[in-house]
Amino acid sequence: MSRVISIRLSTYRDRLVRAAGHAFVVCAFVVLAQVAHAASPLEAFKGMSGNLDIAGGTAHIPVMKEAAKRIMTQNAAIRISVAGGGSGVGVQQVGEGLVAIGNTGRALSEAEVAKYGLVSFPFAIDGVAVVVNPANPVGALTAAQVRDIYAGKVTNWKALGGADRAITLYTRDEASGTREVFDGKLLAKGAVAASANVVPSNGAMKTAVAQDAGAIGYVGIGHIDTSVKAPVLDGMVATQENAANGSYTVTRKLYMNTKGQPTGLVRAFIDYLFTDEGADIIRASGYIPTGR
Amino acid sequence: MLRRWKGGVVTTVCALCAASVALALVAIFAFLCLFALPVFMDGQGFAVIAGDWKPATGSYGVLPMLQASMGVAGIALVLGFPLSLGICCGMNGLAPSGVGQMFRGLVRCLTAVPTVVYGFAALFLLVPLVREAAGRGTGLCWLTASLVLALLVVPTMVLVMEAGMGPTVERVRLTGAAMGLNRGQVMVHMVLPLCWRHMAGAAALGFGRAMGDTLLPLMLAGNAVQSPGSPLESVRTLTAHIALVLATDSRSGTYGSLFVAGCLLLLLNLAVQLVLRVLARSGAQFRGRT
Repeated sequence: MSRVISIRLSTYRDRLVRAAGHAFVVCAFVVLAQVAHAASPLEAFKGMSGNLDIAGGTAHIPVMKEAAKRIMTQNAAIRISVAGGGSGVGVQQVGEGLVAIGNTGRALSEAEVAKYGLVSFPFAIDGVAVVVNPANPVGALTAAQVRDIYAGKVTNWKALGGADRAITLYTRDEASGTREVFDGKLLAKGAVAASANVVPSNGAMKTAVAQDAGAIGYVGIGHIDTSVKAPVLDGMVATQENAANGSYTVTRKLYMNTKGQPTGLVRAFIDYLFTDEGADIIRASGYIPTGR
Repeated sequence: MLRRWKGGVVTTVCALCAASVALALVAIFAFLCLFALPVFMDGQGFAVIAGDWKPATGSYGVLPMLQASMGVAGIALVLGFPLSLGICCGMNGLAPSGVGQMFRGLVRCLTAVPTVVYGFAALFLLVPLVREAAGRGTGLCWLTASLVLALLVVPTMVLVMEAGMGPTVERVRLTGAAMGLNRGQVMVHMVLPLCWRHMAGAAALGFGRAMGDTLLPLMLAGNAVQSPGSPLESVRTLTAHIALVLATDSRSGTYGSLFVAGCLLLLLNLAVQLVLRVLARSGAQFRGRT
């Protein structure tokens, strides 16, 4: 199964490289320009004004909001609005010209690129790790075992080499991007037992798993700390580094998309997220910055 | 003359306020129905209420959530009502006056506690307790949510009861004493029958508050979509459902089910209020005749 995942991921990556190829060339110039006046990256917004509307993927919202807040604090003439709606809405709204940036948690399809002439900017990696209670002796799981656990086929930790304790399932709400990655990449759209508890955030997931000795759940990699334990998954260790270098594969990239090459304020906003300060915002939201 | 004019103005202003509130309620209900309509028309009919919740297969039934809402609020009322009644009786002479004063202060403090504080405290204190006592599951369940909701609705119910009980006790105390009744007998035979309507009002408000609360079920009930079978099982209330699904794609059937959930919440609350009003009225008439 892990092979299927990695094959799918490599085609995914190829498509991404092709889609974003020419964007990188243009971006290189901007990086050079920014090195020239290194001060605060927010200086780039000096003298700019106008509105910037952003919509789409919900996973992007914390990053977009924080960036918008900093930009608007520095320059009151700029108004940035950030809305959710999901990846589909992001593509549609940017394609129809309703917003300047449409966010997606997946690479655009060839049809979408062709129909609207969209340009993609991958800026962060969203990795998801399975977590258990720190007291749980189980140190490694396979993807197949995780699928069986979530389907309700394996119900006791004893069957997995742990203590004789019932497994309690935790999953995320319907709107969660973390759940989207977990369902799509790890469960491969497999069923989740109806008795699974649903928690509304990464934080709530950590609290629940940290308190419940029989718990299994999942969080964004950036949220892992000592309160939960991430067992080795199919031989992969869930760390930011491994997600960034591709050796941990339960990940997806987060994209900003524009209709044609961005200019002016839109360009400046996208560039801002690729600065060191932008990378800090991305990390603070629990994701891994990709860099250019 | 001036006084009558003033009275007229006050009455008019009050009537206007009442009318605008009523209008707002009607508008909310109309909008909810308007938004829920496409979900019903979308080939699913009443399956959106009675069917299963399986978004993957295009089935958006909210029946398990409806059952959970009623179950969670029902148990909260069953636990909270006697507690409130006891506290209220204590405040009105059944307990030593020092204790009664303490109850009064306590209830006032409780009204000021934000829901999220109850939620967090319960998450770290009550949830492990329920988990260990039950010996299974996660502790995030119907019972936990109901216990904390019971605590949440106590101040509301006590205040409504007290509004009726306080003046009634003052009124009948001497009469009761003259008949040779002690405080307990006055309470049982005179005060409670006279406060029947306030009791029903307190129950209606308590139930409405328990069913309308979002944060506590969201934090404590576990939120699994399943019909409530045992109090130790994880359930999802209508309010928690709305909170969990709110950020999804606004054109999906999942999102549409929110309006159905909202409609049901409003209708259910309306039904409970009406039933209790009717009960209270018939009860009052019944008492009046005997």
